Amino acid sequence: MGHSSGRYRILPHTADGKFQAYGATLEEAFGNAALATASLMWDWTKVEPRTRYAVHMKARDLKQLLVKFLGEVIYLLETRRFLLGEVAGLTIEREEASSRIEAVFIGDALADRYALFGDVKAVTYNEMKIEESDCGRYTVQVVVDM
Amino acid sequence: MELRKVDGNTWEIPRQGDMLVPGVIYASERLLKDIRRDLTLTQARNVACLPGIRKMSYVMPDAHQGYGFPIGGVAAFDLDEGVISPGGVGYDINCGVRLLATGYRDKDIAARRKELLAGIFKEVPAGVGKGGVTKLSLGVLKEILVEGAEWAVRNGYGLPEDLERTEEGGRMRDAEPGGLSNRAMERGIPQLGTLGAGNHFLEIQKVAEVFDPETARAFGIVGVGQVTVMIHCGSRGLGHQVASDFIERMENERGTDGLPDRELVHAPFRSDLGRSYYGAMCAAVNYAFANRQMIAHWVRDVFARVLGGPAAMGQVYDVCHNVAKVETHRIDGVETRLCVHRKGATRSFGPGRREIPAAFRAVGQPVIIPGSMGTSSYILAGTAEAEEKSFGSTAHGAGRVMSRHEAHKRFRGERIRDELAARGIELRTANLKGVAEEASEAYKDVDEVVRVSDEAGLGRLVARVVPVGVMKG
Repeated sequence: MGHSSGRYRILPHTADGKFQAYGATLEEAFGNAALATASLMWDWTKVEPRTRYAVHMKARDLKQLLVKFLGEVIYLLETRRFLLGEVAGLTIEREEASSRIEAVFIGDALADRYALFGDVKAVTYNEMKIEESDCGRYTVQVVVDM
Repeated sequence: MELRKVDGNTWEIPRQGDMLVPGVIYASERLLKDIRRDLTLTQARNVACLPGIRKMSYVMPDAHQGYGFPIGGVAAFDLDEGVISPGGVGYDINCGVRLLATGYRDKDIAARRKELLAGIFKEVPAGVGKGGVTKLSLGVLKEILVEGAEWAVRNGYGLPEDLERTEEGGRMRDAEPGGLSNRAMERGIPQLGTLGAGNHFLEIQKVAEVFDPETARAFGIVGVGQVTVMIHCGSRGLGHQVASDFIERMENERGTDGLPDRELVHAPFRSDLGRSYYGAMCAAVNYAFANRQMIAHWVRDVFARVLGGPAAMGQVYDVCHNVAKVETHRIDGVETRLCVHRKGATRSFGPGRREIPAAFRAVGQPVIIPGSMGTSSYILAGTAEAEEKSFGSTAHGAGRVMSRHEAHKRFRGERIRDELAARGIELRTANLKGVAEEASEAYKDVDEVVRVSDEAGLGRLVARVVPVGVMKG
């Protein structure tokens, strides 16, 4: 938990899990947010790359897209027993009335060699931010219900 | 935020800006200090702006910041002019608490405590990613979503008399499983009959103090030393998915313009979307009732096997603390049908309400308020006063004061386990590291929460129980 080589930072929040994820592009920041979500439940750096899931979804705006994208990490854990270890090929298309995301989640099936230490129930809009700084770096901030 | 002090335990957020009604906080100065540390009061003010809200936007003594509505928030909306909001129920639909009062005394189990806890730990799946023992078909899941705890009893989990000692008889009649997404169903199938993780727990307890013996007896609590079992869990991933799905649908169909917070998204109660959410929420409520019914059954089995039963293991009650319900309340002398949202709040109906079982109708319903790990939990009785003051609601637990992250930095699971053991409390967990997050220091003082509840008239103190064995997911 905590820092992971500049990808994200876990922040204090009374009841839930809060983090900021960073990237040179919006895509990178979203990918790091998925790893930050995983980091609240397991050590994604130890997950072996054995299984892949194609992830694609659309939403009415970027915030909803982020909620749905991160929700996929929880959904795949609960229904496929899948642990995310890496996000590849992430693309985001932004249009006026909808946004789309595509990515490949790479990881492994839950097994005894992996430890689960937290339960993320849902991704929320609470204190959510998606920001581009003056120097062109992206920060997303998310609170998840735990 | 400026508050007007009404009395020692009551504070008002005066109506201002877009607020349609004032806000009211039930808290002592000490609890108010905790409540002021986050966005709870701002969230209560936002709720007061929602269409059709009646009387007040209420904040319970254990409140803390939520998403949209505060945790510990109670708001009631007119059925014709008002709304229903998934953010007013929360992600863990029908998170709730069930209490069993056993015929065993603490001395009967003293030597077998470890064995009991180990048995329960084996029978009741718990922890993140832990699937249930029952592999359900989609058809059976749909039956459960319609019938709730009735399905469980019909299939041999528990006793018919448990049903009348469950809110709604363990089954909300307006459930519409057709409103659930495939994703919600997929998440529900592997998790039925599981405790989950986080703040969910199962405790073997003993009665430590009885404040009102007559009411306690009506609840099945006979005296100090009696063994009780408390089960705290909800609708698992199925309920979380229903909440996420309907927040998204409401955003897509109704937009987010003008919402101070996106999780305040709502739909008129009398709209297709509002009805659809209500039906899906009721289905998730039923799933949670069935879940607690099955867990209670396994606990009884283990007690009978280890202790050679058959001592009674009757149910005191099963309460929901994340739910929206249609109820009748008197406003300015007029009986009014309302959609009451309780998010992190427990129904606290007083004597006479037809919704509560005949056995409690003279004393008020049992209100079960769990503490945090290693602390006391409480049994209160609902009051007529609460119906006037909070649409018949009170607190739901201790409420967090410290972030999980901070708790991880300060506490160690091993240390907590050893300290509990030194106090005679056995701990079993799937995740010792996660135990640090649930350290009692990370929570408000539950003793103060129930003291205020009692003093403010929201729920009368009946009994206090203390843990002897704790199982955490």
